[in-house]
Amino acid sequence: MSLLIQKAGILDTIQDDGRYGFQQLGINPGGTMDRIAMRVVNMLVGNDAKEAVLEMHYPSSAIVFEEDSLVAVSGADFSVTINGRELPLNQPAFVQKNSVLQTGKRNKGARLYLAIAGGVQSAEWLGSNSTDSLVGSGGFEGRALQKGDRIFLQKKIKHSFPETALQLLPWQANTRDLYRNAVIRFTVGRDWHELSDHSKIHFTSEQQCISASSNRMGYRLEGPVLERTDQDEKISSAVTRGAIQLLPSGQLIILMADHQTTGGYPVMGHIISADFPSLAQFSPGENFLLQPVTMAEAEYTFARQQLDLQQLQNACNFRLQQYR
Amino acid sequence: MSGIPSYQITPCGDHALTVQFGESISPEVHRHVINLYKHLSQLSGEGIRDIIPAYTTVTVVYDLAFFLKKYAGQPVSEKLSRFIQEAIAEMQDAEIQTKRLVKVPVCYDASLAPDLFSLAEEKNITTEELIRLHTETIYKVYMLGFLPGFAYMGSVDAKIAAARKTDPRTKVPAGSVGIAGTQTGIYPFESPGGWQLIGQTPLPVFDAGKNSPCLFSPGDTVQFFPITLTEFKKMQNA
Repeated sequence: MSLLIQKAGILDTIQDDGRYGFQQLGINPGGTMDRIAMRVVNMLVGNDAKEAVLEMHYPSSAIVFEEDSLVAVSGADFSVTINGRELPLNQPAFVQKNSVLQTGKRNKGARLYLAIAGGVQSAEWLGSNSTDSLVGSGGFEGRALQKGDRIFLQKKIKHSFPETALQLLPWQANTRDLYRNAVIRFTVGRDWHELSDHSKIHFTSEQQCISASSNRMGYRLEGPVLERTDQDEKISSAVTRGAIQLLPSGQLIILMADHQTTGGYPVMGHIISADFPSLAQFSPGENFLLQPVTMAEAEYTFARQQLDLQQLQNACNFRLQQYR
Repeated sequence: MSGIPSYQITPCGDHALTVQFGESISPEVHRHVINLYKHLSQLSGEGIRDIIPAYTTVTVVYDLAFFLKKYAGQPVSEKLSRFIQEAIAEMQDAEIQTKRLVKVPVCYDASLAPDLFSLAEEKNITTEELIRLHTETIYKVYMLGFLPGFAYMGSVDAKIAAARKTDPRTKVPAGSVGIAGTQTGIYPFESPGGWQLIGQTPLPVFDAGKNSPCLFSPGDTVQFFPITLTEFKKMQNA
């Protein structure tokens, strides 16, 4: 009834939908960076949409399944194998007791998600199982997974398990249309009007490159130097996931899942909710363009994405029935 | 309270809205902030994720998926903006009845206050005078941020207001009491920091094991009182 970390990855943590209701105390919401992948891995194995999952970076942990399990991976393509055989993204699979999950080459994306039917056991802190590494609470002992850690499963799932190490189930969730590759959309922020006319044009027409000093707190961008017409210092206020702030250097930073709850830099825009998972899959060195959209478009796009995910959810539920 | 204060509501992306009550830091503006924060906290139903007060603003973070379903095709940002406008119209002056005073012991011993001497010197006052001025004022918790449990309190007497250090420390011990501009605050964790450090409290400002992990909440009032190094050590070990 457990998973064993045989080899540690660089930053693999347990994350869920985030810790809300405590930002007024400076406690950030955290949670998975890519909420589409979180939802998809959970639906593929029949878990609740917001069940805590493993979020893995590259290179990732090697994991031993110490029990027959129904598993799925989604998000980044790190060439996952089970005992050397390929486990494709977005396809549920039975894995036999003592099989080993490993990653190979990184083809695309930044974060890989793993779900196990029934869910993993982890610590809840302030209503969420997400790992808060700063505080050292939630998830697995409030920290990234290390070699030798044993994660227990919440319950044993009754399935008729096969005799081979890996049996792929005969369907795959198509998530291609849920992600964007080169253009990330945003709504303009309250300080947008302070940008010079030139800078407004540069903002939306020149490539932004994700810098090496980017992490779960924020993505620092390398792009054209942007100028404000107004040099006033801002009074600090709450900042949110996806906020695009202008640093004094003229470069941008986008706040990601582990962002601080307040900030004083000018806010030029916000990444739309529908495109945040796509951004979360970008790695340092990759380029993209920022495209402004209206609030109506942001809401409509997210609504469409939610419908697509609901349809995928229904299809998965239907397919999984025959295995219960 | 006389009438509805003037304010502005702006979207903070597609999943949050910010209400701004003024352009400068003042107890009067912050009173509206706390009144709305408390009123919305009482009203807050399903789908509202966070209500975050700051110096001049209250930010409401919401679950966009939930409200898209609830409002079935109507613009969520506009609907919630209207909801907040109605809340502002009916909010009460709640601050007076609910104000809490937190008394915080601080040891100003030189061994725990690396910037006390230099700051006093710069301000042309004695360290005793600096300590007196720091402990005399009853501060207001304007907001929490930067770190879990880090309270931005103000305002310190103009005679001890101080710029941040030009070269921030890489390690500030937990419990350190600092001044930056007209703000004073306490580091809940060991962390990098640029505030001028004038003392240290033995109280845990943040305790993850508690149901309410933070010593301070927005809108609290705070007063510091001096303790000796012996008392500090005793309280720290208690």
